[in-house]
Amino acid sequence: MSNSTENAPAAHSAGAMEESRPSLSALLLDPSFWADWASVVGLVGLVIIFGIAQPVFLSVANLQALLLASAILVVLSIGQTFVVATSGIDLSMAAAVMLGAIILGLVNAAGYGIFLACVLALLATSAIGFLNGFIITVGKIPDFVVTLGTLSAVTGLGLILSGGEPTMVGSTFLLKLASGSFGPFGYPVWVAIAAVIVAHIVLYHTRFGVHLLATGGQAESAGALGIRTGRVKIAAYTISGLCAGIAAILLVARIGSAEPLINTSLLLNSVAAVVLGGVSLFGGRASILGPAIGALMLTALVNGLTLLSVSAFYQPLAVGAIVVLAALIMRYQK
Amino acid sequence: MSAPSSDAIIACQGLSKHFGGVRAFTDVAFQARRGEVTAVIGDNGAGKSTLIRCLVGVHVPDAGSIVFDGREHPFSNPDGARKAGIETVHQNLALIDELTVAQNLFLNREIVRRIGPFAFLDRKAMKREARSMLSRLSINVPSINQRVRRLSGGQRQAISICRAVGSGAKLVVMDEPTAALGVQETANVEALIRRLREQSVSVILVSHNFDQVRRLSDQIWVMRAGKMAATVRSAETSGNELVALVTGAA
Repeated sequence: MSNSTENAPAAHSAGAMEESRPSLSALLLDPSFWADWASVVGLVGLVIIFGIAQPVFLSVANLQALLLASAILVVLSIGQTFVVATSGIDLSMAAAVMLGAIILGLVNAAGYGIFLACVLALLATSAIGFLNGFIITVGKIPDFVVTLGTLSAVTGLGLILSGGEPTMVGSTFLLKLASGSFGPFGYPVWVAIAAVIVAHIVLYHTRFGVHLLATGGQAESAGALGIRTGRVKIAAYTISGLCAGIAAILLVARIGSAEPLINTSLLLNSVAAVVLGGVSLFGGRASILGPAIGALMLTALVNGLTLLSVSAFYQPLAVGAIVVLAALIMRYQK
Repeated sequence: MSAPSSDAIIACQGLSKHFGGVRAFTDVAFQARRGEVTAVIGDNGAGKSTLIRCLVGVHVPDAGSIVFDGREHPFSNPDGARKAGIETVHQNLALIDELTVAQNLFLNREIVRRIGPFAFLDRKAMKREARSMLSRLSINVPSINQRVRRLSGGQRQAISICRAVGSGAKLVVMDEPTAALGVQETANVEALIRRLREQSVSVILVSHNFDQVRRLSDQIWVMRAGKMAATVRSAETSGNELVALVTGAA
């Protein structure tokens, strides 16, 4: 018997060998590859199309503006990713951003200083997330229903607190945060980059990350193996709330005031970015870079369409089409 | 039935469990010897599943004593049982489909490296350990980085057994480990259980399959209608005798 046939079974044993890599052509023909990399492929595709159609798109100034504009959505989609990884969904995110902004504005206007205002905003949005997770796990109510409820309740709370009036936030700290830059990127971009790095480490390099994916994959089995799935879920929602708080600070810094308005496109785009990033809505499967690039892609889409002088009315249409397309491709994910 | 011998890894006396008015079993004595495969057989409803659930802490017995590894009443919940050194291989609730083989093997007992106040996964160490755990039991999987979803039923069962053994458990409890498997896969899992026996791992095996039980175990305990009906050495019994004991014809 020849040597090669003798070796064939050994190549399938667990220990000895390195994992074999499929060839490039096989990779490109595999729908699963396109599903996993949908956001990257989409982003590269958009950059090429817009770059050809409108060369200004590729100018350094525009790319910097694009990154700046995407920072809030990147932070939100990271929070949403943690929740979706547990097979949940956080519909209250945009409402939490609004409440965080209003608390920031009110505390600052009351003269307690901008730092306390930011800390309280973060605490408030984290508390909303904690409450979401707590009601979902203890009350055993579907995620969708609970966060839909808090979406409405938190919106109401924001309107009551603010009296429906916007609060100006004239703070040099926030002005610097919004307009200052370090190296090639503005501070908000650095905040988003830091959030991506921290979230990536938490998801892939800590026990919590593995337990999060296990909880989302099969909560019952994870529980049988001793993982406290309730706590994991509450933690995921609290992280989502914290991300909403960071986004609230970035938002107030960007527009200079705290408005009692919900930006629903932020919520929908955060879910869209998560879907584009290849995160399974059934839980158990997630990445951080995917949704972050998904958020970049959605921002690039809006930015490019604006540069091409396409009416703003067409932008939601384009976003919707792309998200559904991505979901279709995702069906081929293995 | 005999008093617990000194080489018992787990022994219980006078154990009873009722659910409301329904009697699961009464006054049961049972023991499993260190380094042996101990089988529990019986008809549906004979009480064997409830007995096993009492042994691994899922249920707390109403009366009687459990001595595990020399300690009396060692635990009152599954987590306590696991900490004390009893690992259970569940029939269905065994593995997380979306995680890799290595991640499953170390789920909830991950190896971490501490840097200051933070603990980070030591993925290299876990992969290395996972490879050696699998090769020690001669379990073949395509890759330890593969998601469990893509493995066959037999491979999955082998991995969950490997997980239980690899945790350094003093006692591994398997509830119908081959119930959902095909012929070839059943043979593979049986071979794996035989290797555990050769390596003197203490195993409690619950099964419906009398031939399998005689092939794999050292000692067989027979439950009938909520009582421990008999116990025999596997080498000294026949399939007919087991059928008679289970049905009460003996």
